[in-house]
Amino acid sequence: MFGKLSWDAIPFHDPIPLFTSLVVILALAALAIWVWRKGWWPYLWHQYITSTDHKKIGIMYIVLGLLMLVRGFSDAIMMRLQQSMAIGASQGYLPPEHYNQIFSAHGTIMIFFVAMPLVIGFMNFVVPLQLGVRDVAFPTMNNVSFWLTASGALLINVSLFVGEFARTGWLAYPPLSELRFSPGVGVDYYLVALQISGVGTILTAVNFVTTILKIRAPGMSYMRMPVFCWTSLASNLLILAAFPVLTVTLGLLMLDRYLGFHFFTNDGGGNSMLYMNLIWVWGHPEVYILILPAFGIYSEVAATFSGKPLFGYRSMVFATLAICIISFCVWLHHFFTMGAGADVNAVFGIASMIIAIPTGVKIFNWLFTMYGGRVRFSVPMHYLIGFMLTFVIGGLTGVLLAIPPVDFVVHNTLFLIAHFHQVIIGGVVFAIMAGYTYWFPKAFGFTLDERLGKAVFWCWFIGFHLAFMPLYVLGFWGGTRRLQHISDPSWAPWLHVALLGAVIIGVGIVLTVVQLLYSIRTRDQRRDVTGDPWDGRTLEWLTLSPPPHYNFAVLPDVHGEEAYWTRKQTAIKQVALIEEPDYQPIEMPVDTPTGVICAFFTSLCGFAVIWHIWWLAILGLIGAFAVLVWYAWRDEHEHLIPVGEVRKNARERRRIRMEHLHELSQST
Amino acid sequence: MRFGVLSALVLPLCACNRGIFDPVGPVAAAEKQILINSTAIMLAIIIPTMIATVAVAWWFRRGNAKATYRPDWEYSGAIELVVWGVPILTVMLLAGIAWIGSHDLEPSKPLKSDKPPLTVDVVSLDWKWLFIYPEQGIATVNRLVVPAGTPVNYRLTSATVWNVFWVPQMGTMIYTMPRMTTRLNLQADRPGIYDGLSGHFSGDGFPGMQFKAHVLPPQQFALWVQSARGSGQALDGRAYAELSKPTSYVKPTTYGAVAPGLFDAIVADRVPGTQLLPHNRPTTEQGAGHVR
Repeated sequence: MFGKLSWDAIPFHDPIPLFTSLVVILALAALAIWVWRKGWWPYLWHQYITSTDHKKIGIMYIVLGLLMLVRGFSDAIMMRLQQSMAIGASQGYLPPEHYNQIFSAHGTIMIFFVAMPLVIGFMNFVVPLQLGVRDVAFPTMNNVSFWLTASGALLINVSLFVGEFARTGWLAYPPLSELRFSPGVGVDYYLVALQISGVGTILTAVNFVTTILKIRAPGMSYMRMPVFCWTSLASNLLILAAFPVLTVTLGLLMLDRYLGFHFFTNDGGGNSMLYMNLIWVWGHPEVYILILPAFGIYSEVAATFSGKPLFGYRSMVFATLAICIISFCVWLHHFFTMGAGADVNAVFGIASMIIAIPTGVKIFNWLFTMYGGRVRFSVPMHYLIGFMLTFVIGGLTGVLLAIPPVDFVVHNTLFLIAHFHQVIIGGVVFAIMAGYTYWFPKAFGFTLDERLGKAVFWCWFIGFHLAFMPLYVLGFWGGTRRLQHISDPSWAPWLHVALLGAVIIGVGIVLTVVQLLYSIRTRDQRRDVTGDPWDGRTLEWLTLSPPPHYNFAVLPDVHGEEAYWTRKQTAIKQVALIEEPDYQPIEMPVDTPTGVICAFFTSLCGFAVIWHIWWLAILGLIGAFAVLVWYAWRDEHEHLIPVGEVRKNARERRRIRMEHLHELSQST
Repeated sequence: MRFGVLSALVLPLCACNRGIFDPVGPVAAAEKQILINSTAIMLAIIIPTMIATVAVAWWFRRGNAKATYRPDWEYSGAIELVVWGVPILTVMLLAGIAWIGSHDLEPSKPLKSDKPPLTVDVVSLDWKWLFIYPEQGIATVNRLVVPAGTPVNYRLTSATVWNVFWVPQMGTMIYTMPRMTTRLNLQADRPGIYDGLSGHFSGDGFPGMQFKAHVLPPQQFALWVQSARGSGQALDGRAYAELSKPTSYVKPTTYGAVAPGLFDAIVADRVPGTQLLPHNRPTTEQGAGHVR
């Protein structure tokens, strides 16, 4: 009846997971009750959970990513603590079977459920606004994508309380991940959770590629799109090409595990090298899926806070597309030590280095964007400069890893760990924090506290360097990754410094929460009245903060590369806005619970597949499919926003903008 | 000369003589040199870039009245040329290093030497290393013994999951993979005892998968072979089946005789007497290991 599921699956004898899951369950229950007592459920249900508004979906993605960041960070600090305790005679506090789950969960969560949702969240929130349109191409599918991602995240977290997580590392290499060596449900949790969230990610890519290619404001030609839109396009093209490979690869491993196939097994003609190749055919583009939108955020920040256009726009676009293509030709550098031969290694090594060229160009272009500008050192600018300083070193170590004979002595060591954290924290996380600060007022109508924001930046910046510079050193000493116990006592001081670094990052995360709460409390003093708090240059700053559901009363007419900036300068010069247009009623998609219901059934189905509860798996699958069929038969597609409402909101915006213009003209 | 100065910036990281900065053989020494040279080439670009980033951002700060504000300056062909040119030239230089280095240091390529190479067969087990000396007819566990100044030709495989064979001070690491053989050629010139390890996570007993590499002067190596041969247990099918049970932090042992063709039988997964064993729950032989 319940497959492999029994009471043994609950970790009654392991105090850490048991206690953690009970605390999480209680906290969630308390939160749900609190929201219910406040009477906020209907608001949440209509405004967020069932929303087809790209801005609300973007915010949900970002909330999911930040929550999972806390989970992933808890794993990180547990690992740091274990490695700084379990040295020499001591075994630390985590036995291998627990420690191995933690580093596997850390990697999986940080990439799939922190970095991906955050990056996709920003694309959701920003891209339609920057393109000057009202929504993405497929608004309901957008909602479904989010909920499928959330469903995957849920399953990963359920593994803490019911059963176990994979003990194989975040890429679950066979044969270790095969049934013979990993008979438990851990790897199944990994596979099923990633398959479900992978579907969501592919749907997102379909949505954004379509949106960017087909739905743009009048006059917004490709070469007038903001760079963030370009990098989002490149990133989604990569998802579209790479994620199906992941789905197939994990699918083949599932066939091995569930139906006794022999794709990657030691016996029966299987070959585990095949998995290694396939997973990195996805895995290497994946890092560019994350870093390209980050580059886009930095480009927006650089231009806005330097008060001048991005230097070398065409170069930037070309560099982005070059990275997009080359990133598919380098996967083999993840296993130079497999013995592929000198020619193969050299070709892939050089291809990997070539990516450093467009990336270097980008760094120089941001530098020249600041050159001749009026640089404002707001929080996002801190992250940009911090990123430029950190990322060039990460690039250096990356190119070192791309040189096969160097890789032969640093492959899979703590040097590698330090390298990819340097580019992911210094690149992606800094961009996420910059974007969070930059677009927060657009989303909620008030800015975040600057002083606390700078404190958070310094925590990340200093904490990162303390946490990872020692790992470069240990890598040179022959320190390998994923060690639950360290034999060499002379590593201790370096590991203690690394722990201190992690603690400082932790302080930064706590301060982020403090900053949010403090900013909410003092929001009346920090209102973004004009909708343009940073003197922005792209179209999202044209509309009010927060924007109305339909973003723009009339789709903006785009002339030139910096659509909003030119329009704003003309208005300031003439002390007049453009002529009032003829407002029309606006059709917007209706909200729908399709996504959340579908995700409920896929979660059930996923859980059932993990535990071999076949009747429930079939039920879940039928349920998920039935919801989509039910949605396809809907009668009402869109609802109409009456012209009166549109006109009233638009006139209010014009009034505010005029007031602002007068203030500006009086001050100059 | 310039590289020497720049590499001085890297070297304080490894003030103590150890790891890959203290090579004991030609392969490791060449790899260290490539690491230092490439780092120096890149630092020559990166350090000025970092200084320029901070300097430009600070000079063009909003409050600085002396800085000229050029709100519309967004393109310069000359700068674009430099911006693309500098990384392209750097990468061309590094690509040359990578191409030559990959071919010179290809792991399967035999090393140049007057002496005939010694063959050692390496098997990664759960979670220990088996070294078979086919020419000498002996085997060891978790203790690699090689003669100084003699090239060693390693053939490697795994009896279970993937691992990486690595003695950092000797240089190149390489995967050991079940049902496959990889090849590695290394040489150690300086006698001594060096740390060896698995560089690829392989399950619960992974941290205990360490060994010592003893580099002996050739005469002493010959003496060691003589004393090892015939003494202690023989590594036949039954002994191998016993050995292949999952254990971690295993004490070094020596087998005075080895069943002929054992390595090939392991690669073919056809060693008589072995069976599929569960992969988790290692048992421990030494106190330092993990006991659960």
